[in-house]
Amino acid sequence: MEQKFIDLFKETLEIEDREVALTDTFRDYDEWDSLALLSVIAMIDEEYDVIIESNEFQKLQTVGDIHNYITAHSN
Amino acid sequence: MALQTIKNVAIKGIAACVPEEVADNRQLELLGTPEDREKFIETTGIAKRHIVGNSKVTTSDLCFQAAEKLLADLQWNKDEIDCLVFVTQTPDYILPATSAILQDRLGLSKDCFAIDISLGCSGWVYGLSTISSFISSGNFKKGLLLVGDTVTVTKSDRDKSTYPLFGDAGTATALSYSPDAKPMYFHTGTDGSGYEAIMIEDGGFRNFFNEESLTVKERGEGIFRNNLQSHLSGQDVFIFGITRAPKSIKTLIENFNLNVDEVDYFILHQANMLMTDMIRKKLKVDPAKVPYSLDEYGNTSSASIPLTITTRINDKVTQGPVKMIACGFGVGLSWGTVYFETENIVCPEILKYNLNT
Repeated sequence: MEQKFIDLFKETLEIEDREVALTDTFRDYDEWDSLALLSVIAMIDEEYDVIIESNEFQKLQTVGDIHNYITAHSN
Repeated sequence: MALQTIKNVAIKGIAACVPEEVADNRQLELLGTPEDREKFIETTGIAKRHIVGNSKVTTSDLCFQAAEKLLADLQWNKDEIDCLVFVTQTPDYILPATSAILQDRLGLSKDCFAIDISLGCSGWVYGLSTISSFISSGNFKKGLLLVGDTVTVTKSDRDKSTYPLFGDAGTATALSYSPDAKPMYFHTGTDGSGYEAIMIEDGGFRNFFNEESLTVKERGEGIFRNNLQSHLSGQDVFIFGITRAPKSIKTLIENFNLNVDEVDYFILHQANMLMTDMIRKKLKVDPAKVPYSLDEYGNTSSASIPLTITTRINDKVTQGPVKMIACGFGVGLSWGTVYFETENIVCPEILKYNLNT
């Protein structure tokens, strides 16, 4: 589950040159911008059937935070 | 629930007109490096857009040209047109209604019902439901639905989050009272709690134009605009689109027992490719049934559905019967879905407006 999410997250942000860890603050990535944000929201909706609203997403800082949100909200 | 069946109305023709000037996102420095620009185009699907620029050409100019061509091709007499519905959020003036100006400019009869409707991306569907209701009773025999926007004029060219997405277009749809026409089905919805998601704050009657209105402020990374320029909360609108649009389409299909396999085309509002692709996937529709025009024209607001029909399935709608579901969604927040059938309609090639005239 965790590794699958990390792989999807890397693929969505097109990160190929390094590993991604759950402790990473994704907001500090060079790849992180408004388009990356929408791509991640779309990926989570498609793969997990979970919609993260803006005010909820703002609270998430690390890759693990997103993963935990999905785990808590998926059926 | 806002579900409607409207009988006795046939769409007889659709035409669209865009400014001939093309803005190329590959050349747009606002988007960053050439690599950044490619990434933007890959994600949004928007490579080029037709824009009015500083020409002062308005939506009504574009719609006028589309209407003139459509009426000529249909060989309709102008005095036969009983009603004109003009849908835009970029009217010529605050006062009077632009539909009145268009009635005169088109040379329509003074015995013509003319009305403006202020809606954006859902506008063509709402306009179609409004004018079709008028015609359905048989009181009005022929009607003209003019829909479009010059959205680019409302965007700051220093706003990375909106400027590269939008294009300008005006369209005309001709309808007639036809007792043998197949019914149209509509589902429409509104959620005004999201009114701030897409908004021009100043210049109306809540916040008058004032000395601060023209002050350009930084609203976020790469977002500089003043209060007469439109703001767009990308994330909120994105979530709205990928949830509301598929729900509205499914509601329509379920309530009217439509056979999805028999629908030839799903014409989705052309917001951006990430959004339209998500909606298409949720509906589990074959990509071949979902035409796109945003690559060449960008997001053209209320014009995007008729523009997509005109430019992408022109050869289909002019030669034989076509069953379509169209869905518009956006500013308001407002959304609408329609099922309709056409048969051998008049649909001229896209018109290009010469900005120097």
